[in-house]
Amino acid sequence: MISRKRDSLENAARGNSLGRDAWRRLKANRAAMASLVLLGLITLAVVVGPWLSPFNYYSQDYDAIWTAPSWASGHFFGTDAVGRDLFVRTLNGGRISLMVGIVTTFVSLIIGVTYGATSGYLGGRTDNLMMRIVDILYSLPFMFFVILLVVFFGRNLLLLFAAIGAVSWLDMARIVRGQTLSIKQQPYIEAARMAGAGTPGIIARHIVPNLLGLVVVYVTLTIPQVILFESFLSYLGLGVQPPATSWGALINDGTSEMSVAPWLLIIPSIFLAVTLFCFNFIGDGLRDALDPKDR
Amino acid sequence: MSRPLLEVRNLKIDFETHDAVVDAVHALDFTLERGEALGIVGESGSGKSQTVLGLIGLLAPNAKISGTATLTGSGKQGDIELLSAKPRILRKVRGARIAMIFQDPMTALNPHLKISTQMIEVLRAHRGMGRREAMQAAIDMLEAVRIPEAARRIKYYPHQFSGGMRQRVMIAMALSCEPEILIADEPTTALDVTVQAEILDLIDELRARTHTALILITHDLGVIAGQCSRALVMRRGDLVEHGPIEQIFRAPEAQYTRDLLAAIPRLEG
Repeated sequence: MISRKRDSLENAARGNSLGRDAWRRLKANRAAMASLVLLGLITLAVVVGPWLSPFNYYSQDYDAIWTAPSWASGHFFGTDAVGRDLFVRTLNGGRISLMVGIVTTFVSLIIGVTYGATSGYLGGRTDNLMMRIVDILYSLPFMFFVILLVVFFGRNLLLLFAAIGAVSWLDMARIVRGQTLSIKQQPYIEAARMAGAGTPGIIARHIVPNLLGLVVVYVTLTIPQVILFESFLSYLGLGVQPPATSWGALINDGTSEMSVAPWLLIIPSIFLAVTLFCFNFIGDGLRDALDPKDR
Repeated sequence: MSRPLLEVRNLKIDFETHDAVVDAVHALDFTLERGEALGIVGESGSGKSQTVLGLIGLLAPNAKISGTATLTGSGKQGDIELLSAKPRILRKVRGARIAMIFQDPMTALNPHLKISTQMIEVLRAHRGMGRREAMQAAIDMLEAVRIPEAARRIKYYPHQFSGGMRQRVMIAMALSCEPEILIADEPTTALDVTVQAEILDLIDELRARTHTALILITHDLGVIAGQCSRALVMRRGDLVEHGPIEQIFRAPEAQYTRDLLAAIPRLEG
Protein backbone atom coordinates (compact mmCIF):
# COMPACT_ATOMS: atom_id res chain seq x y z
CA MET A 1 0.00 0.00 0.00
CA ILE A 2 2.72 2.39 0.99
CA SER A 3 4.80 1.54 -2.02
CA ARG A 4 1.78 2.10 -4.24
CA LYS A 5 1.24 5.45 -2.71
CA ARG A 6 4.82 6.44 -3.29
CA ASP A 7 4.50 5.22 -6.83
CA SER A 8 1.53 7.45 -7.47
CA LEU A 9 3.30 10.39 -5.88
CA GLU A 10 6.21 9.89 -8.21
CA ASN A 11 3.79 9.72 -11.07
CA ALA A 12 2.25 13.01 -10.08
CA ALA A 13 5.66 14.53 -9.70
CA ARG A 14 6.83 13.38 -13.07
CA GLY A 15 3.94 15.21 -14.64
CA ASN A 16 1.81 12.99 -16.76
CA SER A 17 0.64 13.36 -20.30
CA LEU A 18 -2.86 14.75 -20.65
CA GLY A 19 -4.08 11.36 -21.84
CA ARG A 20 -2.62 9.30 -19.02
CA ASP A 21 -3.70 11.81 -16.43
CA ALA A 22 -7.24 11.95 -17.77
CA TRP A 23 -7.37 8.16 -17.77
CA ARG A 24 -6.32 8.05 -14.13
CA ARG A 25 -9.13 10.39 -13.18
CA LEU A 26 -11.63 8.63 -15.38
CA LYS A 27 -10.83 5.42 -13.54
CA ALA A 28 -11.87 7.07 -10.30
CA ASN A 29 -15.32 7.83 -11.71
CA ARG A 30 -17.41 4.73 -11.00
CA ALA A 31 -20.39 5.51 -13.20
CA ALA A 32 -18.15 6.20 -16.16
CA MET A 33 -16.07 3.08 -15.61
CA ALA A 34 -19.14 0.88 -15.24
CA SER A 35 -20.53 2.38 -18.44
CA LEU A 36 -17.25 1.84 -20.21
CA VAL A 37 -17.21 -1.82 -19.20
CA LEU A 38 -20.85 -2.29 -20.11
CA LEU A 39 -20.40 -0.60 -23.46
CA GLY A 40 -17.34 -2.75 -24.07
CA LEU A 41 -19.40 -5.87 -23.34
CA ILE A 42 -22.20 -4.73 -25.63
CA THR A 43 -19.72 -3.98 -28.39
CA LEU A 44 -18.06 -7.36 -27.93
CA ALA A 45 -21.40 -9.15 -27.95
CA VAL A 46 -22.50 -7.27 -31.02
CA VAL A 47 -19.31 -8.12 -32.89
CA VAL A 48 -18.83 -11.80 -31.99
CA GLY A 49 -22.32 -12.79 -30.76
CA PRO A 50 -23.93 -13.48 -34.13
CA TRP A 51 -21.18 -15.97 -35.01
CA LEU A 52 -21.77 -17.99 -31.86
CA SER A 53 -25.48 -18.50 -32.38
CA PRO A 54 -26.77 -21.41 -34.47
CA PHE A 55 -29.30 -19.04 -36.05
CA ASN A 56 -28.82 -16.21 -38.50
CA TYR A 57 -30.63 -12.93 -38.82
CA TYR A 58 -32.50 -13.65 -42.06
CA SER A 59 -33.67 -17.28 -41.88
CA GLN A 60 -37.37 -17.61 -41.22
CA ASP A 61 -38.84 -20.48 -39.26
CA TYR A 62 -42.60 -20.69 -39.56
CA ASP A 63 -42.77 -23.43 -36.94
CA ALA A 64 -41.48 -21.04 -34.33
CA ILE A 65 -43.18 -17.70 -34.80
CA TRP A 66 -43.61 -15.49 -31.73
CA THR A 67 -41.72 -17.86 -29.51
CA ALA A 68 -41.26 -16.30 -26.10
CA PRO A 69 -37.69 -15.99 -24.83
CA SER A 70 -36.51 -19.28 -23.40
CA TRP A 71 -33.32 -21.22 -22.83
CA ALA A 72 -34.84 -24.48 -23.91
CA SER A 73 -35.64 -23.49 -27.48
CA GLY A 74 -32.28 -21.81 -27.97
CA HIS A 75 -34.11 -18.58 -28.88
CA PHE A 76 -32.82 -16.64 -25.88
CA PHE A 77 -34.71 -13.50 -26.84
CA GLY A 78 -37.58 -15.25 -28.60
CA THR A 79 -38.58 -14.93 -32.24
CA ASP A 80 -40.54 -12.47 -34.32
CA ALA A 81 -43.62 -12.76 -36.57
CA VAL A 82 -41.79 -14.77 -39.21
CA GLY A 83 -39.78 -16.86 -36.79
CA ARG A 84 -36.44 -15.08 -37.00
CA ASP A 85 -34.27 -15.35 -33.91
CA LEU A 86 -34.36 -12.08 -32.00
CA PHE A 87 -31.05 -12.71 -30.22
CA VAL A 88 -29.10 -12.71 -33.45
CA ARG A 89 -31.18 -9.90 -34.90
CA THR A 90 -30.63 -7.68 -31.87
CA LEU A 91 -26.89 -8.18 -31.99
CA ASN A 92 -26.80 -7.74 -35.74
CA GLY A 93 -28.88 -4.60 -35.44
CA GLY A 94 -26.46 -3.39 -32.80
CA ARG A 95 -23.62 -3.71 -35.28
CA ILE A 96 -25.37 -1.38 -37.67
CA SER A 97 -26.54 1.06 -35.00
CA LEU A 98 -23.18 1.38 -33.32
CA MET A 99 -21.36 1.62 -36.61
CA VAL A 100 -23.67 4.35 -37.88
CA GLY A 101 -23.40 6.15 -34.57
CA ILE A 102 -19.64 6.05 -34.24
CA VAL A 103 -18.53 6.44 -37.84
CA THR A 104 -20.93 9.26 -38.58
CA THR A 105 -20.16 11.10 -35.39
CA PHE A 106 -16.46 10.78 -36.07
CA VAL A 107 -16.91 12.24 -39.54
CA SER A 108 -19.05 15.08 -38.24
CA LEU A 109 -16.53 15.68 -35.47
CA ILE A 110 -13.62 16.10 -37.85
CA ILE A 111 -15.50 18.35 -40.25
CA GLY A 112 -17.35 20.29 -37.56
CA VAL A 113 -14.36 21.05 -35.36
CA THR A 114 -12.11 22.07 -38.23
CA TYR A 115 -14.78 24.21 -39.84
CA GLY A 116 -16.05 25.79 -36.64
CA ALA A 117 -12.63 26.55 -35.18
CA THR A 118 -11.39 28.04 -38.44
CA SER A 119 -14.48 30.16 -38.90
CA GLY A 120 -14.50 31.37 -35.32
CA TYR A 121 -10.82 32.13 -35.17
CA LEU A 122 -10.57 33.95 -38.48
CA GLY A 123 -13.67 36.01 -37.72
CA GLY A 124 -14.88 38.94 -39.78
CA ARG A 125 -15.98 38.34 -43.33
CA THR A 126 -14.61 34.82 -43.56
CA ASP A 127 -16.58 33.87 -40.47
CA ASN A 128 -19.68 35.46 -41.90
CA LEU A 129 -19.37 33.63 -45.19
CA MET A 130 -18.61 30.27 -43.58
CA MET A 131 -21.51 30.54 -41.17
CA ARG A 132 -23.94 31.61 -43.89
CA ILE A 133 -22.98 28.44 -45.77
CA VAL A 134 -23.88 26.49 -42.64
CA ASP A 135 -27.20 28.36 -42.43
CA ILE A 136 -27.99 27.46 -46.02
CA LEU A 137 -27.23 23.81 -45.39
CA TYR A 138 -29.38 23.95 -42.29
CA SER A 139 -32.29 25.29 -44.25
CA LEU A 140 -32.28 22.37 -46.67
CA PRO A 141 -35.06 20.05 -45.58
CA PHE A 142 -33.29 16.96 -44.35
CA MET A 143 -35.85 14.47 -45.67
CA PHE A 144 -35.79 16.04 -49.09
CA PHE A 145 -32.01 15.78 -49.08
CA VAL A 146 -32.06 12.11 -48.12
CA ILE A 147 -34.75 11.21 -50.65
CA LEU A 148 -32.76 12.99 -53.33
CA LEU A 149 -29.64 11.03 -52.43
CA VAL A 150 -31.54 7.76 -52.47
CA VAL A 151 -33.04 8.56 -55.86
CA PHE A 152 -29.66 9.30 -57.36
CA PHE A 153 -27.49 6.69 -55.73
CA GLY A 154 -29.85 3.97 -54.60
CA ARG A 155 -30.05 2.60 -51.08
CA ASN A 156 -26.94 1.61 -49.31
CA LEU A 157 -25.40 1.90 -45.90
CA LEU A 158 -22.61 4.19 -46.99
CA LEU A 159 -25.15 6.68 -48.23
CA LEU A 160 -26.83 6.58 -44.87
CA PHE A 161 -23.56 7.56 -43.20
CA ALA A 162 -23.05 10.36 -45.68
CA ALA A 163 -26.57 11.72 -45.27
CA ILE A 164 -26.55 11.77 -41.48
CA GLY A 165 -22.97 13.02 -41.38
CA ALA A 166 -23.83 15.85 -43.74
CA VAL A 167 -26.36 17.28 -41.30
CA SER A 168 -24.85 16.45 -37.95
CA TRP A 169 -21.59 18.35 -38.49
CA LEU A 170 -23.54 21.58 -38.74
CA ASP A 171 -24.42 21.60 -35.05
CA MET A 172 -20.87 20.74 -34.15
CA ALA A 173 -19.52 23.57 -36.30
CA ARG A 174 -21.83 26.10 -34.67
CA ILE A 175 -21.04 25.03 -31.14
CA VAL A 176 -17.32 24.92 -31.81
CA ARG A 177 -17.40 28.32 -33.45
CA GLY A 178 -19.17 29.85 -30.48
CA GLN A 179 -16.64 28.43 -28.08
CA THR A 180 -13.75 29.49 -30.30
CA LEU A 181 -15.00 33.06 -30.26
CA SER A 182 -14.57 33.15 -26.52
CA ILE A 183 -11.30 31.21 -26.47
CA LYS A 184 -9.67 33.50 -28.98
CA GLN A 185 -10.15 36.44 -26.61
CA GLN A 186 -8.00 34.69 -24.03
CA PRO A 187 -4.66 36.33 -23.35
CA TYR A 188 -2.76 33.13 -24.07
CA ILE A 189 -3.88 33.31 -27.68
CA GLU A 190 -2.46 36.81 -27.89
CA ALA A 191 0.65 35.55 -26.14
CA ALA A 192 0.98 32.79 -28.72
CA ARG A 193 0.62 35.30 -31.53
CA MET A 194 3.17 37.45 -29.79
CA ALA A 195 5.53 34.49 -29.73
CA GLY A 196 5.24 34.31 -33.50
CA ALA A 197 2.79 31.43 -33.95
CA GLY A 198 0.89 31.26 -37.24
CA THR A 199 -2.87 30.87 -37.66
CA PRO A 200 -2.94 27.10 -38.37
CA GLY A 201 -0.60 26.52 -35.44
CA ILE A 202 -2.74 28.52 -33.06
CA ILE A 203 -5.91 26.73 -34.13
CA ALA A 204 -4.33 23.30 -33.81
CA ARG A 205 -2.27 23.88 -30.66
CA HIS A 206 -4.22 26.41 -28.67
CA ILE A 207 -7.84 26.47 -29.80
CA VAL A 208 -8.63 22.79 -30.39
CA PRO A 209 -7.17 21.43 -27.12
CA ASN A 210 -9.25 23.94 -25.22
CA LEU A 211 -12.35 22.78 -27.08
CA LEU A 212 -11.75 19.19 -26.08
CA GLY A 213 -13.98 19.10 -23.01
CA LEU A 214 -16.94 20.59 -24.84
CA VAL A 215 -16.44 18.47 -27.94
CA VAL A 216 -16.19 15.21 -26.01
CA VAL A 217 -19.45 15.87 -24.25
CA TYR A 218 -21.12 16.84 -27.48
CA VAL A 219 -19.84 13.71 -29.21
CA THR A 220 -21.38 11.52 -26.54
CA LEU A 221 -24.65 13.33 -27.13
CA THR A 222 -24.34 13.07 -30.90
CA ILE A 223 -23.78 9.32 -31.03
CA PRO A 224 -27.16 8.50 -29.47
CA GLN A 225 -28.80 11.20 -31.53
CA VAL A 226 -27.39 9.71 -34.71
CA ILE A 227 -28.48 6.22 -33.65
CA LEU A 228 -32.02 7.55 -33.21
CA PHE A 229 -31.80 9.37 -36.51
CA GLU A 230 -30.88 6.18 -38.26
CA SER A 231 -33.89 4.38 -36.78
CA PHE A 232 -36.11 7.19 -37.99
CA LEU A 233 -34.78 6.81 -41.51
CA SER A 234 -35.13 3.05 -41.35
CA TYR A 235 -38.72 3.47 -40.26
CA LEU A 236 -39.44 5.52 -43.36
CA GLY A 237 -37.84 2.83 -45.47
CA LEU A 238 -34.85 5.00 -46.34
CA GLY A 239 -32.34 3.40 -44.05
CA VAL A 240 -31.51 -0.20 -43.33
CA GLN A 241 -33.60 -2.57 -45.43
CA PRO A 242 -35.00 -5.89 -44.18
CA PRO A 243 -33.89 -8.50 -43.54
CA ALA A 244 -30.92 -6.45 -42.34
CA THR A 245 -31.85 -4.48 -39.27
CA SER A 246 -30.81 -1.99 -36.63
CA TRP A 247 -32.00 -1.30 -33.09
CA GLY A 248 -34.20 1.48 -34.30
CA ALA A 249 -35.79 -0.73 -36.95
CA LEU A 250 -36.29 -3.53 -34.44
CA ILE A 251 -38.02 -1.22 -31.99
CA ASN A 252 -40.28 0.08 -34.71
CA ASP A 253 -41.21 -3.48 -35.65
CA GLY A 254 -41.71 -4.26 -31.99
CA THR A 255 -44.18 -1.46 -31.37
CA SER A 256 -46.64 -2.91 -33.87
CA GLU A 257 -46.55 -6.32 -32.19
CA MET A 258 -46.39 -5.05 -28.66
CA SER A 259 -49.58 -6.78 -27.49
CA VAL A 260 -48.73 -10.18 -28.99
CA ALA A 261 -45.02 -10.37 -28.41
CA PRO A 262 -43.83 -7.66 -26.01
CA TRP A 263 -40.27 -8.99 -25.98
CA LEU A 264 -39.85 -7.77 -29.56
CA LEU A 265 -40.16 -4.23 -28.24
CA ILE A 266 -38.65 -4.62 -24.80
CA ILE A 267 -35.38 -6.35 -25.59
CA PRO A 268 -34.06 -4.07 -28.37
CA SER A 269 -35.25 -1.07 -26.33
CA ILE A 270 -33.19 -2.20 -23.36
CA PHE A 271 -30.13 -2.52 -25.57
CA LEU A 272 -30.65 0.90 -27.10
CA ALA A 273 -31.40 2.61 -23.80
CA VAL A 274 -28.46 1.02 -21.98
CA THR A 275 -26.11 1.98 -24.79
CA LEU A 276 -27.32 5.57 -24.81
CA PHE A 277 -26.97 5.79 -21.03
CA CYS A 278 -23.46 4.43 -21.25
CA PHE A 279 -22.47 7.07 -23.77
CA ASN A 280 -23.90 9.81 -21.58
CA PHE A 281 -22.12 8.63 -18.45
CA ILE A 282 -18.86 8.23 -20.30
CA GLY A 283 -19.22 11.71 -21.74
CA ASP A 284 -19.83 13.12 -18.31
CA GLY A 285 -16.81 11.31 -16.89
CA LEU A 286 -14.60 12.37 -19.76
CA ARG A 287 -15.52 16.00 -19.37
CA ASP A 288 -14.46 15.95 -15.74
CA ALA A 289 -11.33 13.95 -16.52
CA LEU A 290 -10.18 16.23 -19.31
CA ASP A 291 -10.41 19.45 -17.34
CA PRO A 292 -6.84 20.15 -16.25
CA LYS A 293 -7.97 22.39 -13.41
CA ASP A 294 -9.58 19.49 -11.61
CA ARG A 295 -6.50 17.45 -11.02
CA MET B 1 26.11 51.60 -33.06
CA SER B 2 25.10 55.13 -33.66
CA ARG B 3 21.67 54.29 -34.89
CA PRO B 4 19.01 53.41 -32.32
CA LEU B 5 17.66 49.87 -32.22
CA LEU B 6 14.10 51.03 -32.70
CA GLU B 7 13.06 54.34 -34.14
CA VAL B 8 9.40 55.33 -34.07
CA ARG B 9 8.30 58.39 -36.02
CA ASN B 10 4.91 60.01 -36.16
CA LEU B 11 3.03 56.94 -34.95
CA LYS B 12 -0.73 57.31 -35.18
CA ILE B 13 -3.36 54.75 -34.29
CA ASP B 14 -7.06 55.19 -34.95
CA PHE B 15 -9.91 52.83 -34.28
CA GLU B 16 -12.89 52.92 -36.58
CA THR B 17 -16.01 51.99 -34.70
CA HIS B 18 -19.53 51.98 -36.08
CA ASP B 19 -20.29 55.59 -35.37
CA ALA B 20 -16.99 57.28 -34.69
CA VAL B 21 -13.28 57.26 -35.22
CA VAL B 22 -11.37 57.02 -31.96
CA ASP B 23 -7.82 58.26 -32.14
CA ALA B 24 -5.93 56.24 -29.57
CA VAL B 25 -2.43 57.51 -30.29
CA HIS B 26 -1.45 60.61 -32.21
CA ALA B 27 1.95 61.53 -33.54
CA LEU B 28 4.21 59.69 -31.19
CA ASP B 29 7.98 59.84 -31.65
CA PHE B 30 10.52 57.92 -29.65
CA THR B 31 13.66 55.86 -29.97
CA LEU B 32 15.06 52.92 -28.13
CA GLU B 33 18.77 52.16 -27.89
CA ARG B 34 20.24 48.70 -27.58
CA GLY B 35 20.11 47.48 -24.01
CA GLU B 36 18.25 50.55 -22.83
CA ALA B 37 15.24 50.55 -20.53
CA LEU B 38 12.45 52.87 -21.58
CA GLY B 39 9.38 53.41 -19.47
CA ILE B 40 5.96 54.36 -20.80
CA VAL B 41 3.72 55.80 -18.10
CA GLY B 42 0.13 56.87 -18.32
CA GLU B 43 -3.33 56.34 -16.98
CA SER B 44 -5.79 53.80 -18.36
CA GLY B 45 -6.74 54.57 -21.93
CA SER B 46 -3.71 56.74 -22.56
CA GLY B 47 -2.70 54.54 -25.50
CA LYS B 48 0.42 53.03 -23.99
CA SER B 49 -0.55 49.42 -24.61
CA GLN B 50 -1.93 50.16 -28.07
CA THR B 51 1.38 51.76 -29.00
CA VAL B 52 3.36 48.60 -28.44
CA LEU B 53 0.71 46.32 -29.88
CA GLY B 54 0.75 48.52 -32.96
CA LEU B 55 4.51 48.13 -33.29
CA ILE B 56 4.26 44.39 -33.58
CA GLY B 57 1.11 44.26 -35.68
CA LEU B 58 -1.27 42.85 -33.10
CA LEU B 59 -3.90 45.58 -33.07
CA ALA B 60 -7.59 44.78 -33.46
CA PRO B 61 -8.70 44.50 -37.09
CA ASN B 62 -10.53 47.84 -37.02
CA ALA B 63 -7.36 49.77 -36.18
CA LYS B 64 -5.63 52.05 -38.64
CA ILE B 65 -1.99 52.73 -38.06
CA SER B 66 0.36 55.16 -39.77
CA GLY B 67 3.86 56.52 -39.36
CA THR B 68 7.10 54.57 -39.34
CA ALA B 69 8.77 52.22 -36.88
CA THR B 70 12.15 50.97 -37.98
CA LEU B 71 13.79 48.02 -36.33
CA THR B 72 17.48 48.24 -37.10
CA GLY B 73 18.86 45.12 -38.70
CA SER B 74 21.24 42.83 -36.95
CA GLY B 75 24.01 40.91 -38.67
CA LYS B 76 23.03 40.00 -42.23
CA GLN B 77 19.45 41.16 -41.86
CA GLY B 78 18.56 44.59 -43.08
CA ASP B 79 16.29 47.08 -41.34
CA ILE B 80 12.69 46.10 -40.94
CA GLU B 81 9.90 48.61 -41.26
CA LEU B 82 7.50 47.14 -38.73
CA LEU B 83 4.34 48.99 -39.68
CA SER B 84 4.38 47.95 -43.32
CA ALA B 85 6.04 44.55 -43.03
CA LYS B 86 4.34 41.46 -44.37
CA PRO B 87 2.68 39.23 -41.76
CA ARG B 88 5.16 36.46 -42.55
CA ILE B 89 8.09 38.69 -41.71
CA LEU B 90 6.42 40.13 -38.63
CA ARG B 91 5.84 36.62 -37.34
CA LYS B 92 9.55 36.00 -37.42
CA VAL B 93 10.19 39.22 -35.54
CA ARG B 94 7.67 38.43 -32.83
CA GLY B 95 9.06 36.16 -30.21
CA ALA B 96 12.49 36.07 -31.78
CA ARG B 97 13.56 39.73 -31.84
CA ILE B 98 10.74 41.38 -29.92
CA ALA B 99 9.21 39.44 -27.06
CA MET B 100 6.47 40.42 -24.69
CA ILE B 101 5.40 39.76 -21.12
CA PHE B 102 1.74 40.24 -20.40
CA GLN B 103 -0.06 41.74 -17.49
CA ASP B 104 -1.89 38.72 -16.18
CA PRO B 105 0.22 35.59 -15.86
CA MET B 106 -2.86 33.64 -14.79
CA THR B 107 -4.37 33.78 -18.24
CA ALA B 108 -1.42 34.28 -20.57
CA LEU B 109 -0.48 30.60 -20.50
CA ASN B 110 -2.61 28.01 -22.24
CA PRO B 111 -4.19 26.00 -19.42
CA HIS B 112 -4.37 22.84 -21.51
CA LEU B 113 -0.70 22.59 -22.43
CA LYS B 114 2.26 21.77 -20.26
CA ILE B 115 4.86 24.46 -19.67
CA SER B 116 7.40 22.36 -21.56
CA THR B 117 5.16 22.15 -24.64
CA GLN B 118 4.62 25.88 -24.68
CA MET B 119 8.27 26.75 -24.20
CA ILE B 120 9.64 24.18 -26.60
CA GLU B 121 7.34 25.33 -29.35
CA VAL B 122 8.73 28.84 -29.29
CA LEU B 123 12.32 27.63 -29.29
CA ARG B 124 11.75 25.22 -32.14
CA ALA B 125 9.97 27.80 -34.23
CA HIS B 126 12.47 30.61 -33.84
CA ARG B 127 15.79 28.98 -33.16
CA GLY B 128 15.36 25.82 -35.19
CA MET B 129 16.22 23.61 -32.27
CA GLY B 130 15.50 19.91 -32.05
CA ARG B 131 13.10 18.66 -29.41
CA ARG B 132 15.80 17.49 -27.02
CA GLU B 133 17.91 20.58 -27.42
CA ALA B 134 14.90 22.86 -26.95
CA MET B 135 13.90 20.95 -23.81
CA GLN B 136 17.34 21.52 -22.33
CA ALA B 137 17.30 25.19 -23.26
CA ALA B 138 13.86 25.58 -21.72
CA ILE B 139 15.00 23.95 -18.48
CA ASP B 140 18.05 26.21 -18.38
CA MET B 141 15.81 29.21 -18.87
CA LEU B 142 13.52 28.16 -16.03
CA GLU B 143 16.55 27.76 -13.81
CA ALA B 144 17.64 31.23 -14.81
CA VAL B 145 14.33 32.63 -13.56
CA ARG B 146 14.94 30.68 -10.33
CA ILE B 147 12.25 28.09 -10.54
CA PRO B 148 13.40 25.34 -8.22
CA GLU B 149 13.55 21.84 -9.64
CA ALA B 150 13.04 23.18 -13.13
CA ALA B 151 13.58 19.82 -14.83
CA ARG B 152 10.64 18.38 -12.95
CA ARG B 153 8.39 21.41 -12.89
CA ILE B 154 8.67 22.01 -16.62
CA LYS B 155 6.23 19.15 -17.06
CA TYR B 156 3.60 20.87 -14.94
CA TYR B 157 0.50 22.60 -16.22
CA PRO B 158 0.14 26.34 -15.64
CA HIS B 159 -2.39 25.98 -12.83
CA GLN B 160 0.17 24.09 -10.77
CA PHE B 161 2.21 27.28 -10.40
CA SER B 162 1.53 30.30 -8.25
CA GLY B 163 1.00 33.70 -9.83
CA GLY B 164 4.56 34.87 -9.25
CA MET B 165 5.98 31.62 -10.59
CA ARG B 166 3.81 31.87 -13.68
CA GLN B 167 5.06 35.36 -14.35
CA ARG B 168 8.59 33.98 -14.04
CA VAL B 169 7.67 31.28 -16.53
CA MET B 170 6.38 34.01 -18.86
CA ILE B 171 9.68 35.83 -18.50
CA ALA B 172 11.60 32.65 -19.20
CA MET B 173 9.52 32.08 -22.32
CA ALA B 174 9.90 35.64 -23.50
CA LEU B 175 13.66 35.68 -23.03
CA SER B 176 14.33 32.15 -24.25
CA CYS B 177 14.93 33.31 -27.82
CA GLU B 178 17.25 36.09 -26.66
CA PRO B 179 15.19 38.92 -28.10
CA GLU B 180 16.65 42.36 -28.67
CA ILE B 181 13.58 44.07 -27.26
CA LEU B 182 11.47 42.92 -24.34
CA ILE B 183 8.09 44.56 -23.97
CA ALA B 184 6.65 44.27 -20.49
CA ASP B 185 3.02 45.39 -20.35
CA GLU B 186 2.24 46.01 -16.69
CA PRO B 187 4.23 42.92 -15.71
CA THR B 188 3.65 43.26 -11.99
CA THR B 189 0.16 44.73 -11.75
CA ALA B 190 -1.50 41.40 -11.08
CA LEU B 191 1.02 40.33 -8.45
CA ASP B 192 1.54 40.85 -4.74
CA VAL B 193 3.78 43.72 -3.78
CA THR B 194 6.44 41.42 -2.38
CA VAL B 195 6.51 39.41 -5.58
CA GLN B 196 6.59 42.57 -7.71
CA ALA B 197 10.07 43.59 -6.62
CA GLU B 198 11.33 40.07 -7.15
CA ILE B 199 10.00 39.98 -10.71
CA LEU B 200 11.40 43.40 -11.57
CA ASP B 201 14.82 42.48 -10.23
CA LEU B 202 14.74 39.28 -12.20
CA ILE B 203 13.91 41.10 -15.42
CA ASP B 204 16.75 43.51 -14.74
CA GLU B 205 19.27 40.80 -14.05
CA LEU B 206 18.45 38.72 -17.11
CA ARG B 207 18.33 41.76 -19.32
CA ALA B 208 21.81 42.76 -18.28
CA ARG B 209 23.04 39.30 -19.17
CA THR B 210 21.54 39.24 -22.66
CA HIS B 211 21.81 42.96 -23.36
CA THR B 212 18.12 43.18 -24.16
CA ALA B 213 16.34 46.50 -24.41
CA LEU B 214 13.21 46.94 -22.35
CA ILE B 215 10.00 48.81 -22.93
CA LEU B 216 8.21 48.87 -19.61
CA ILE B 217 4.59 49.90 -19.65
CA THR B 218 3.04 50.82 -16.35
CA HIS B 219 0.91 53.31 -14.50
CA ASP B 220 3.17 53.00 -11.49
CA LEU B 221 5.83 55.71 -11.40
CA GLY B 222 7.65 53.85 -8.65
CA VAL B 223 8.28 50.90 -10.95
CA ILE B 224 9.60 53.20 -13.66
CA ALA B 225 11.93 54.93 -11.24
CA GLY B 226 13.62 51.71 -10.26
CA GLN B 227 13.98 50.23 -13.71
CA CYS B 228 14.25 52.78 -16.48
CA SER B 229 16.72 55.37 -17.59
CA ARG B 230 14.24 57.26 -19.74
CA ALA B 231 10.49 57.57 -19.72
CA LEU B 232 7.58 58.71 -21.86
CA VAL B 233 4.53 60.11 -20.16
CA MET B 234 1.37 59.65 -22.17
CA ARG B 235 -2.12 60.97 -21.75
CA ARG B 236 -5.08 60.41 -24.05
CA GLY B 237 -2.83 59.39 -26.90
CA ASP B 238 -0.54 62.39 -26.59
CA LEU B 239 3.06 62.43 -25.56
CA VAL B 240 3.05 64.71 -22.55
CA GLU B 241 6.63 64.48 -21.50
CA HIS B 242 9.73 62.64 -22.62
CA GLY B 243 13.06 62.66 -20.91
CA PRO B 244 15.62 61.09 -18.59
CA ILE B 245 14.15 59.63 -15.47
CA GLU B 246 15.83 62.14 -13.14
CA GLN B 247 14.31 65.03 -15.00
CA ILE B 248 10.84 63.54 -14.86
CA PHE B 249 11.05 63.02 -11.14
CA ARG B 250 13.03 66.13 -10.11
CA ALA B 251 11.86 68.74 -12.55
CA PRO B 252 8.78 67.65 -14.44
CA GLU B 253 7.84 70.05 -17.19
CA ALA B 254 4.26 69.10 -17.79
CA GLN B 255 1.48 69.74 -15.34
CA TYR B 256 0.17 66.23 -15.92
CA THR B 257 3.45 64.67 -14.83
CA ARG B 258 3.38 66.78 -11.71
CA ASP B 259 -0.17 65.57 -11.05
CA LEU B 260 0.93 61.98 -11.50
CA LEU B 261 3.76 62.46 -9.04
CA ALA B 262 1.47 64.15 -6.58
CA ALA B 263 -0.87 61.19 -6.84
CA ILE B 264 1.64 58.92 -5.14
CA PRO B 265 0.35 58.59 -1.59
CA ARG B 266 2.72 59.55 1.20
CA LEU B 267 2.59 59.03 4.89
CA GLU B 268 2.46 62.51 6.36
CA GLY B 269 3.34 63.29 9.88
